[in-house]
Amino acid sequence: MGNKTPLYQAHVDAEARIVDFGGWDMPLNYGSQIDEHKAVREAAGMFDVSHMTIVEIKGSDAKPYLQYLLANDVAKLTTEGKALYTGMLNEDGGVIDDLIVYYLNDAHYRVVVNAATREKDLAWLENVAQQFDVSVEERSDLAIIAVQGPLAIEKTQSVFSDEQKQAVAELKPFVAAYAGDLFVARTGYTGEDGYEILVPDNKAAELWAQLVEAGVKPCGLAARDTLRLEAGMNLYGHDMDETVSPLEANMGWTIAWEPEERDFVGRKALVEQKANGIPRKLIGLVLEGKGIMREGQDVVVNDDVVGVVTSGTMSPTTSKSIAMARVQRSVDAEEVLVQVRKKQIPAKVVKPSFVRKGKSLI
Amino acid sequence: MSQIPAELKYVSSHEWIRDEGDGVVTVGITEHAQELLGDVVFVEVPEVDEDVDAEDEIAVVESVKAASDIYAPVAGTITEINEELEDSPELINSDPYGDGWMFKMKLADAGDLEKLLSAEAYAEEIADE
Repeated sequence: MGNKTPLYQAHVDAEARIVDFGGWDMPLNYGSQIDEHKAVREAAGMFDVSHMTIVEIKGSDAKPYLQYLLANDVAKLTTEGKALYTGMLNEDGGVIDDLIVYYLNDAHYRVVVNAATREKDLAWLENVAQQFDVSVEERSDLAIIAVQGPLAIEKTQSVFSDEQKQAVAELKPFVAAYAGDLFVARTGYTGEDGYEILVPDNKAAELWAQLVEAGVKPCGLAARDTLRLEAGMNLYGHDMDETVSPLEANMGWTIAWEPEERDFVGRKALVEQKANGIPRKLIGLVLEGKGIMREGQDVVVNDDVVGVVTSGTMSPTTSKSIAMARVQRSVDAEEVLVQVRKKQIPAKVVKPSFVRKGKSLI
Repeated sequence: MSQIPAELKYVSSHEWIRDEGDGVVTVGITEHAQELLGDVVFVEVPEVDEDVDAEDEIAVVESVKAASDIYAPVAGTITEINEELEDSPELINSDPYGDGWMFKMKLADAGDLEKLLSAEAYAEEIADE
């Protein structure tokens, strides 16, 4: 028996297939993961992501603490609700986790980290916090519902009060706002527009039911994975981990090199890596033959194994097999072979962003 | 509880076997197996005239989530494959015991049918999973 979110009973009542995910009993699908995937691309779907860990960072050193802790620079955040995506690195420049940090004020930030990495993340946050006047508090009293898709905003607002509608009316992408007892962020993990809504535990089931009533389709973790992969978004523990630097995981854009005097954990290692040559890179692949690429399969060029698939699937939007693979940086072929089970099948090398806003990019 | 038709035979790797008479059987995967896999999106079937041994990996059913090997339940020769599955792999989800059949084979030894699991025995196996 794993941990259960406040929406667990709603999933069981909807006959979801429940699986263990990072110690949580979560819905994998509610029938067809392809139908759920398409609902998000074409209309609106929602995910229970209450298993993710919300942490409040408070104190007079909140800003310098996060500037040291994170590879991206929270100094970029100056207005309430503004969000930043970043890696949290170790001294070797490896990714401990990827996370989103929301600015509330200079002495209060809200951080959302992955569920599967909760223990080590909290330990690391606490460890680094010792050098700062800052408190690290987990918020286990909040659930998170992600509503995603071209109709997500419209349908979500249809269950809001007038005050709540007004609070989110002008919300720009990657910004959050309080709306009554909700904290509504215009963020997501699908490549579609939508909200991620932090809601008090005891109100989560009611909000979920209202959204179902408004025509938002419940979607499980299986659809979440195919959606994020189509969007070219990394999944921690698969596309990057502590042995991989952000420079090897398409996360170079999340490293704030300026100002140069800002030291952050892992900076020295990243500077050295850049100077000595980054050994590997993360590429996108589209299979040209029949089959489905899967995590762990070898990538082959001229009979040499040059890398490995880190995430692979059949893409429901494009009906092609797509993947991300980490390969030697020197690989510049337009086509590689992937060892799919017993066969080597050609795959086209592409930028790892396969679908955006419902449209295929491949 | 998934459906396990009483008139079929089974193996513990979740294939079903229908005796068509004259030493020919039809093979597919069970409703339980397709439920575990989720949406099937790709099927690789064996080739007609291929000779296979029992427990040989001869086909693959892949869902969005995972790939699953399909084993020859008995020794014999492949006589027919379900060509519909190439364009409509989802038939395995929607009709696992009917339109979602995978291949037919001629048994090397008709007596092998007796070694397969009854519906009742298969139901007990999956109840223990």
